[in-house]
Amino acid sequence: MIELQEGEATAVAASPAIHCLELTKRYGTTLALAGLTMTVPRGEVFGFLGPNGAGKTTAVKLLLGLLLPTAGEGWILGRSIRDIEARRRVGYLPEHFRYQPWLSGREVLGLHCRLAGLARATWPEEIDRALDLVGLRDSADRRVRSYSKGMQQRLGLAVALLGSPELVILDEPTSALDPVGRHDVRQVIHHLRDRGTTVFLNSHLLTEVEMVCDRVAMIDRGRVIATGTLKELLGGHSVRIRLTGLDRPQRASLARFGGVEDDGEWITLHGLVPDRVPELVAEVVAMGGRVYAVEPRQQSLEERFLQLLGREG
Amino acid sequence: MLSARTVLVFARLAVWEASRRRLVLAVAVLTLIVIAATAWGFSKLGDPTLDRGHPLSETELRLVTSQLLIVIAFLFAAVLALMAAVVGAPSISGELESGLALALLARPVRRAEMVLGKWLGLGALLVAYALVAGVLELIVVDLITGYVPPHPIQLIAYIAGVGLILLTLTLLLSTRLASMTAGIVPLVCYFMAWIGGIIGGAGQALGNATLTAVGTVTNLLLPTDGLWRGAVYAMEPAAFIAGLQEAGPAAAASPFSAAAPPAPAFLAWTVIWFLAMLGLTLWSLHVREV
Repeated sequence: MIELQEGEATAVAASPAIHCLELTKRYGTTLALAGLTMTVPRGEVFGFLGPNGAGKTTAVKLLLGLLLPTAGEGWILGRSIRDIEARRRVGYLPEHFRYQPWLSGREVLGLHCRLAGLARATWPEEIDRALDLVGLRDSADRRVRSYSKGMQQRLGLAVALLGSPELVILDEPTSALDPVGRHDVRQVIHHLRDRGTTVFLNSHLLTEVEMVCDRVAMIDRGRVIATGTLKELLGGHSVRIRLTGLDRPQRASLARFGGVEDDGEWITLHGLVPDRVPELVAEVVAMGGRVYAVEPRQQSLEERFLQLLGREG
Repeated sequence: MLSARTVLVFARLAVWEASRRRLVLAVAVLTLIVIAATAWGFSKLGDPTLDRGHPLSETELRLVTSQLLIVIAFLFAAVLALMAAVVGAPSISGELESGLALALLARPVRRAEMVLGKWLGLGALLVAYALVAGVLELIVVDLITGYVPPHPIQLIAYIAGVGLILLTLTLLLSTRLASMTAGIVPLVCYFMAWIGGIIGGAGQALGNATLTAVGTVTNLLLPTDGLWRGAVYAMEPAAFIAGLQEAGPAAAASPFSAAAPPAPAFLAWTVIWFLAMLGLTLWSLHVREV
């Protein structure tokens, strides 16, 4: 495992949103989760990434008590995952979401207010607030049967937001949504973060995770292979520059800015931070070169992810 | 500790679903049609007979009515068993298969609360059906023929018991099997238990210990036939029972007659059976991965 976290890997901080130690799930001879150890700090948007079949949904179900761990232990908001009270302050949108087709959207939310143990006087306000956040207010009194798949996912998100939970677990929350819907979900996630809610986002859509998450954990074959803030994970800066007028030794001399990769037309300088780009351009011009294009680049989460999977594999 | 409030939420949800899915309406309309048809049939009983040219005597009418009522009650018991299997089978497995249960069970809810709530809600529907349909039928028969079975309350209680037993078995199977299988297996068992009762009765009539044992064993495994015999006994006029008792073991051969009420030991066993099956259902869902 590549340890990128800031030092507190095993120490239980003052009740983090999620903490698990060697959480393991085995089905017969199949190991679905192989000793998951991670800490999700409160108040952050945490991305949980991995290829299909990596154990992401298994981990979520273990945290919510829907599956029983074969070994290991986990805590949600300071309570053991074996304690049903741990789920009182948690909102959850399942990957395979489905709600009572014979109820209206508003009635589904009412049912969940009841099961979450919210005070009855707060229900109407809670329900309207959740409906507004996900943009379902106008369809709230229609039967769920008549909802599109995307509307049902929005309803699921509203269910997860009821009662201002301290932790919201979203399992692939945009799988059924169009680009507008995805944008709306990102807005909801930003709203939750502004309110101080911890969001645990389980997704394989890396660009989406990159847009909203403060911190991520990558898992593969049931194990965490990397964890840290996006900045820590995506440290690899580089700059591509297209130039003419420099001879071979002059081009090679740019090595003082970073690792040089020269294909004749473009020179890529690995490890060069964007702040030093003006200095690089000035140097090229001073040597008599002519600059046509400069492209600072940061490694994408996808590149980093594939790199990690390759290294692990 | 289980929360009675949460159990009631699930019970209400089960009743709500049956009503929203128009099950209650469909069953009510069909039941009214059946009751109207039997009312018409009973009204014709008083007509002069073809061979004698005059109506049946009061004693004959009473006897024929009591026997016809037993057959009608058998129909209601079978409908109740069918309803129990049909509404019970998808109530757990269907929600697990579709993922509907995921969002519910991720709440601070115990699985036992969900099972007990569903049992209570669906059980209440079955008991209400037995009560309403039974009372309506008895009132109609009373108005038309003037006949009331000797123990109407026991009759309804025994028939409701048949429905509850089937519901309990169906819910147990619904925690593990697909909806279709969880519905069909209890119905097959119900009819097998009925046949087992007939075989046991034949064993008694013939003095065959092996066949008698078959009846006893099937009745212990699924006590529906024993309860059905209790319902039959509750419908038989005293004179008819006296005739059966006079006939001795031979009377036991018919599935539509009972010379004695169910033994207290059998009723105690039925209660134990209920508790054991409910306990097994709670355990089965508790350890299931969803």
